[in-house]
Amino acid sequence: MDPAIAVRFTRRYADFALDLDLTLPGRGVTALFGPSGSGKTTTLRVIAGLERAQHARIEVNGELWQDDASGTFIPVHQRRVGYVFQEASLFDHLDVAANLDYARRRANTDGAPGVQCDRLIELFGLGPLLVRKPASLSGGERQRVAIARAVLSHPRLLLFDEPLAALDHPRRGEILALLQVLHAELDVPSLYVSHSADEVARLADHLVLLDAGRVVASGRLHETLARIDLPGRFSGNASTVVDACITAIDDGDHLTTLAFPGGSLFVPRGSGAIGERVRCRIDARDVSITLSPPASSSILNSVRASIVGVADTDHPAQCLVRLDAGGSALLARITRRSWQQLGLHNGMPVWAQVKAIALLE
Amino acid sequence: MSDTPFPLDASDWSAIALTLKLAGLVTFLLLVIGTPIAWWLARTRSWWRRPIGAIVALPLVLPPTVLGFYLLLLMGPEGPLGVLTESLGIGLLAFTFPGLVIASLVYSAPFVIQPLQSAFESIGERPLDVAASLGASPFDRFVSVVLPMSRSGYVTATILGFAHTLGEFGVVLMIGGSIPGATRVLSVQIYDHVQAMDYASAHWLSAGLLVFSFVILFGLRLFGPSERRN
Repeated sequence: MDPAIAVRFTRRYADFALDLDLTLPGRGVTALFGPSGSGKTTTLRVIAGLERAQHARIEVNGELWQDDASGTFIPVHQRRVGYVFQEASLFDHLDVAANLDYARRRANTDGAPGVQCDRLIELFGLGPLLVRKPASLSGGERQRVAIARAVLSHPRLLLFDEPLAALDHPRRGEILALLQVLHAELDVPSLYVSHSADEVARLADHLVLLDAGRVVASGRLHETLARIDLPGRFSGNASTVVDACITAIDDGDHLTTLAFPGGSLFVPRGSGAIGERVRCRIDARDVSITLSPPASSSILNSVRASIVGVADTDHPAQCLVRLDAGGSALLARITRRSWQQLGLHNGMPVWAQVKAIALLE
Repeated sequence: MSDTPFPLDASDWSAIALTLKLAGLVTFLLLVIGTPIAWWLARTRSWWRRPIGAIVALPLVLPPTVLGFYLLLLMGPEGPLGVLTESLGIGLLAFTFPGLVIASLVYSAPFVIQPLQSAFESIGERPLDVAASLGASPFDRFVSVVLPMSRSGYVTATILGFAHTLGEFGVVLMIGGSIPGATRVLSVQIYDHVQAMDYASAHWLSAGLLVFSFVILFGLRLFGPSERRN
């Protein structure tokens, strides 16, 4: 059997029930995305063993952590989960070095080297903080220590419960970048709870959409984002993710050229270098459809695509059109009137005009 | 005696020593016994925390004589504790130092258990969840997280338990009487001095107790851990 994470449980509350049955990839980052109250945090707590549920069965890469049918319950401290909470949860009575040491001394490494403490301290810039007490740290610093501490416990599974929600915008960007590096270096599967589409688009390989205690969708990030059959609350802010490669940088116009299977896109020059692989996010509201190549438009980006589907949105005036651009999926949110006036239909070749592209670097 | 400026005699010093011994022993025992009780009261969601919590708090409001009266019955030849101690060959505990210790444990229990309970409660779930996720067993969590985080609670409990045992009178009188070296503690000694119109000695002892109590309570505020919570 492929390494995988299988989670099944039921948790009943007075006014709602959480009923989950998920099989997730045993590596990479899986994002749990959904509105507040959809059961994301409870799911993490049940997986960690911090909360009991009914009919639970939790298996992580071949280790059975919980099976209520056979009475198996591995307690939290033996599950080897690294849990990063929303607000940093450092031990106030210990300084930063002792907080890290707390995890390292209890880590069960099975003889595997694990991640080097020195490397983590360097990556997370914790050197100058080691002798400080948590109370004297900023929110971003605390969260960096908390993440490093979770990694040092040598976990079999990392659980992130909205770790950036309490931080301001620049701090979020910093830590997101760190998490991207961390996930690239670390071969530990992660579950990442968030209600920020941007964080999900940046970090996730796999996406689970939760709503009111149920799984609405679960699949690879790119495919799941491009689905047009999701309920209104998810299609309302639909966007897709495209993997591209930087192929040229125009110093005169300060533009970077991104090549993806569907063609080329231009974005304002950032920090990326030629040859670098990047992920970008395109909001369905920023994509429009034309029948001929747009000759006189200020919008720089237009790619050939064909219509592969259409669905309702959360507003009756608009529909969500799924486009295929050389194998990459794009979504366009256009009015019903445009759909009719242009005579659009499935299989029709069109041009997709992209007004804005968010480079997730 | 009355012409010396410092009128404390051997029986006074014996009372002081006995009082310190009693208060020290009772405080130590209460910290040991009170920790699991306070932990249970702070953490359980059981319905039983209400009646148990009320029983622990009872000595706060009950007249010490009532408490002493029931303890006397309990330890007497007809009482269950008395029957038990007699069958074990220890004899009756009433009017003995061990009897006084048991009575003081009950009497001072809330002054130790309640500060510990609120210290445990103020820690909350989060640090324990974190410690568990980092691989700490329940006992490890208690030692490495709960104890250091409840330091101020332990300081308060120690001081209040000690100071309160120091000043007990009603219970001692009911259960211990006034046997020199065994049950005659400071408060009883002061009472006896007053009965004998020896106000000078009563003054010395009372003032000593007053100053001592003030100093430890003041010290608690001066050097004790700040009230900063996580």
